[in-house]
Amino acid sequence: MKYAINDAVVITKRQLLQLARVPEVLVFSTIQPVMFVLLFRFVFGGSISTGQPGGYVQLLMPGIFVQTVAFTLASTAIGLAEDMKKGLIDRFRSLPISRGAVIFGRTFGDALLNILVLVVMACAGFAVGWRPTSGIFHTSMAFLFLFMFGYALSWIGILVGLSVKEARTVQSVGFLVTFPLTFLSNAFAPTTGMPKILQYFAEWNPVSTMVAACRQLFGLKNQFGATANSWPSQHPLQTSLLYMVILMVVFIPLSIRKYKNYSN
Amino acid sequence: MKSVIAENLVKTYRNGEVIALNGLSLDVEEGTVLGVLGPNGSGKTTTVRILATLLKPDSGSATVAGIDVIKNPEKVRELIGLSGQYAAVDETLTGWDNLVMFGRLYHLGRQSSIDRANELLERFDLVEAARRPIKTYSGGMRRRLDLAASLIVKPKILFLDEPTTGLDPRGRQDMWGVIQELVKGGVTLLLTTQYLEEADQLADEIAVIDRGTVIARGTSDALKKQVGGERLEITVENADVAATQEIVAKISGHATHTDLRTISAPVLNGSKDLMDALRAMDEAKIHPLDIGLKRPSLDDVFLSLTGHIAEETVQETVKKKRGGKK
Repeated sequence: MKYAINDAVVITKRQLLQLARVPEVLVFSTIQPVMFVLLFRFVFGGSISTGQPGGYVQLLMPGIFVQTVAFTLASTAIGLAEDMKKGLIDRFRSLPISRGAVIFGRTFGDALLNILVLVVMACAGFAVGWRPTSGIFHTSMAFLFLFMFGYALSWIGILVGLSVKEARTVQSVGFLVTFPLTFLSNAFAPTTGMPKILQYFAEWNPVSTMVAACRQLFGLKNQFGATANSWPSQHPLQTSLLYMVILMVVFIPLSIRKYKNYSN
Repeated sequence: MKSVIAENLVKTYRNGEVIALNGLSLDVEEGTVLGVLGPNGSGKTTTVRILATLLKPDSGSATVAGIDVIKNPEKVRELIGLSGQYAAVDETLTGWDNLVMFGRLYHLGRQSSIDRANELLERFDLVEAARRPIKTYSGGMRRRLDLAASLIVKPKILFLDEPTTGLDPRGRQDMWGVIQELVKGGVTLLLTTQYLEEADQLADEIAVIDRGTVIARGTSDALKKQVGGERLEITVENADVAATQEIVAKISGHATHTDLRTISAPVLNGSKDLMDALRAMDEAKIHPLDIGLKRPSLDDVFLSLTGHIAEETVQETVKKKRGGKK
């Protein structure tokens, strides 16, 4: 379809235009992660000793980056569920546009929003002492990983958004899923203090492998991981990539199918 | 030529427990307006959604401009406009943003999209509100914008699903004006409504639907005739009721119906019978407080066809499971 890309771009632009028309959304979606940076930095930063040059904030920032992009799942799902409820998706579907355009467009829009949020967070982190030491290339790779991770999760969000009736449901379910996932990980504290079974979970948790991968790419020793000597904690880059590929291979076709069959 | 044809549409939900459409058939002649009239839950929206390619029927077939909506939905989408309670616009964006966006999605160029948006805003009296988010619009403005969005590529066939539900009388009048303008422009329109007056005002032909099937169709006049012809109706002072009953019974030849001081009965010869009644009353020195011929309203039509009034919210028809639960 020669129009498929045009259509998806129009849908993406619509989301960016929404941000321009309602700037509060952008403000609030960046305030929360910045607040996390400050809270964790100044509440836990003083009491958790890391022996790492630069201290806790170095380990914290990758954790907060990953936590923030993980919320893409919920925001994609909420946005889509709201469009469905208001009938906007029906209108799109009554137009002669390619079927995938609406959902691809939304994932692109959310990805672009993620870039903005990551930039704001990086600045906030920098202001409170975060300094990546690995050079431009590896630092950029870390951000590419974060971007990809958010994009992959966006596709779960599409499937969820198409499956629920109420945007508010998504919001609560989103928190119920995202909080345990981000806290049962190496994002904010060492996994060594957890019960053995949770340690295994934490090490296979994609959030942990992503955090470990980012720490590695930012030039840190990942002191909060690698306790049970599991394969994921030894190979965080490979595992994270694998997770992202699996997510996209599974959820993109599922979402497209769900969208197409929605008419039945 | 028929622009829209639906044949034997069946649609059920929840594994056949809820029957939304039960063999519905209808058609719309090119360039005319068909009003689909029915209460909530009668299958109006389901019908529109199937014809607009948003929903697939369990069985039956439908064509729009000769194109099969099930086999060739993409082609159909290029020809139709859809607006109403379940089509929508982006509320956070301005009216102008929305129209330009939809123009782009109809694959108009950037400049053509902008030109068309400006043209439609002008036509629907929304120029002043063009740069405001839809959120701030009144119900009537919102519906007009919604309608404008469905007219971007000047569709020949338009589906309007309850275009005035929830509007105040002023908003409804405005919307009717807009729709009448469109019809003059030669568009084929299928319009659903629960308002009898609306169908009477806008439609060339009316299909009354109830419980997922068409139970009557015809022009407004034909439907009224189907229910019964005109009635002679006279209101008099209490003292004159008995005498008037006699006069009316004689002219009508049918049983009279008396409601307080108003006497009525069916008549065959319309104005001639009315004149006779007036003369007879004059001779008897009875002064009518009110006298006239009353044609049945569409409310009467609906009541006599379905046994319930149209405004009533009807529960979706639930088919009983055979044998029931053990």
